[in-house]
Amino acid sequence: MTLLELQRRMMKAVMQPLTSSDRIAPKTADGRPMKIEAAEFITPNSRLTSLERLEIYSRSYWYRALDSLYDDFPGLRAVLGQQAFHRLSRAYVAECPSRSFTLRNLGERLAGWLQQNPQYAGRRHALALDMVRLESAHIEAFDGAAEKALGPEDLIELGPDLRVGLQPYIRLLEFEYPVDKLLIQVNRASEEREEASNAVLKQKHQRAARRAIHLKRVRTHLAVHRMDFTVYYRRIAAEEFQILSALREGQPVVRAIQSGFENSAASLDEQRGMLEAWFAAWAELGWLCPPARVKKERVTT
Amino acid sequence: MRRSLLLKHMPANRFNGFTDYGIGIGLRIPHYAHIFEKKPAVDWFEIISENYMVDGGRPLATLDQILERYRVVQHGVSTYFGSAEPLNREHLRRLKALVKRTKTPWLTDHLCWGSVDGTYSHDLLPMPYTFEAAEITACKVREARDFLELPIAVENVSSYAEFHMSEMTEWEFLTEVVERADCGILLDVNNIYVSSRNHDFDPYDYLNSIPAERVAQIHVAGHSKFQKYILDTHDNPVIDPVWKMYEHAIRRIGPTATLLEWDDSIPSFEEVHAEALKAKRYIQAPATAGL
Repeated sequence: MTLLELQRRMMKAVMQPLTSSDRIAPKTADGRPMKIEAAEFITPNSRLTSLERLEIYSRSYWYRALDSLYDDFPGLRAVLGQQAFHRLSRAYVAECPSRSFTLRNLGERLAGWLQQNPQYAGRRHALALDMVRLESAHIEAFDGAAEKALGPEDLIELGPDLRVGLQPYIRLLEFEYPVDKLLIQVNRASEEREEASNAVLKQKHQRAARRAIHLKRVRTHLAVHRMDFTVYYRRIAAEEFQILSALREGQPVVRAIQSGFENSAASLDEQRGMLEAWFAAWAELGWLCPPARVKKERVTT
Repeated sequence: MRRSLLLKHMPANRFNGFTDYGIGIGLRIPHYAHIFEKKPAVDWFEIISENYMVDGGRPLATLDQILERYRVVQHGVSTYFGSAEPLNREHLRRLKALVKRTKTPWLTDHLCWGSVDGTYSHDLLPMPYTFEAAEITACKVREARDFLELPIAVENVSSYAEFHMSEMTEWEFLTEVVERADCGILLDVNNIYVSSRNHDFDPYDYLNSIPAERVAQIHVAGHSKFQKYILDTHDNPVIDPVWKMYEHAIRRIGPTATLLEWDDSIPSFEEVHAEALKAKRYIQAPATAGL
């Protein structure tokens, strides 16, 4: 057996889903008894069989992956409940194992996977999907790249070709549910964990779960951003969302504004007022930066 | 930063960038507040490279604050020199960016594998001790060293399984790899103890057999005992038999940059640092004797 053959074989065995009682899978993906598979490449010792030795690694793999999702998606846990979240996590890891050197990225395919597998969220599918997208955005906003922010002086001359970029760490999201409020409540309950008894904590989780059940659909636009290295969720208007999205796509500022107000009922005066307030807020929050294309040209010259 | 006087005779070698770093501890989030507020004297911190291989935000800002005051050495967990597949170029690119930031004099990662065909286990899986595996591993260590342009030391891991296909002992395999790669060793004394109990060998055979001149750094840590095996959990103080092995290693190798790992159920900063500083009693004796 070559090194590659051994590693493929062991990895397949280790990644085979555990039983419901967290024991190593009794069979390989090909249907062979795992006991025979383990004995073919792992030596036993006087205390442990080959299978038991392999089981140490299989459990370690699954516990680590499941713990990572558990830590990264507390909001999804609140939406689904612990058992359904556990079922979803096992199924997701089985189908979408890590393709990155860091566990930070383990959940990066979760939204796409959940879209394709609604049975794991049942009647809360849309809510669960919104929550996964928000929690994924939170991870990205936490340690995403930042460019030098543009100040008000950089925006004085609003010519037809002026383009600005949006900070790479900002995520713009459109939700069916106001999941930002729910996630803030869930995280607050978690932060109080150290101070509260288990009974109090359990009550808080139950309340959060109940809130999730009764959350009403409200079309919500959100910018997930950070200030002083802390991630925040900022509610934004639909027009503001459209303009920021257009800026991120590289459209000139004038065209981005036009696209933002294309279907707006606001009067011209109202639009002018909104734009002034938004640009002032974006500048203050450091959201605007040079567009990516301009930066590349600077590098090549 | 105040350096310990008793460690000034710590010998340096080309595998740790000719440094004499003394006794360090792992940089862990629960200790950040204490470190920034109290600014304790610590010889050096070891960071897990992957925790800082990001594009921005709080992790890098915090690291920069640490670097203003302390020396840092990078320790990786997912380069996987022993995986049969080629090195991950994106991983190496990010690692190099971090190396430039930290100015780590040497870099360490494990003598293990953990990925196949682009899928990651995020575990330190044991190597089969074969000549083929030694050559593949050594080749990847050399490639990484050339790309990163700094010395690399590989760490022996704790293991819970051995393979029929192995052609040599673990310490022979370690020696084979580091000599083919011409790299250093991060000697984890606790891992030797754990593996010796799991695989029924004499840990002193291991300590007496490895090329002492290649040891760039030493790890000590605690572990957990189960009924049929020992697990490397880094959630306890170092036990006396491991300190005895450490003493033996220091006698053989000479005083060497040493780091205490404590990664789970992490106690206060003072407790972790005090546990690490127990290493001084073993380092002091040979250094004094040599004067």
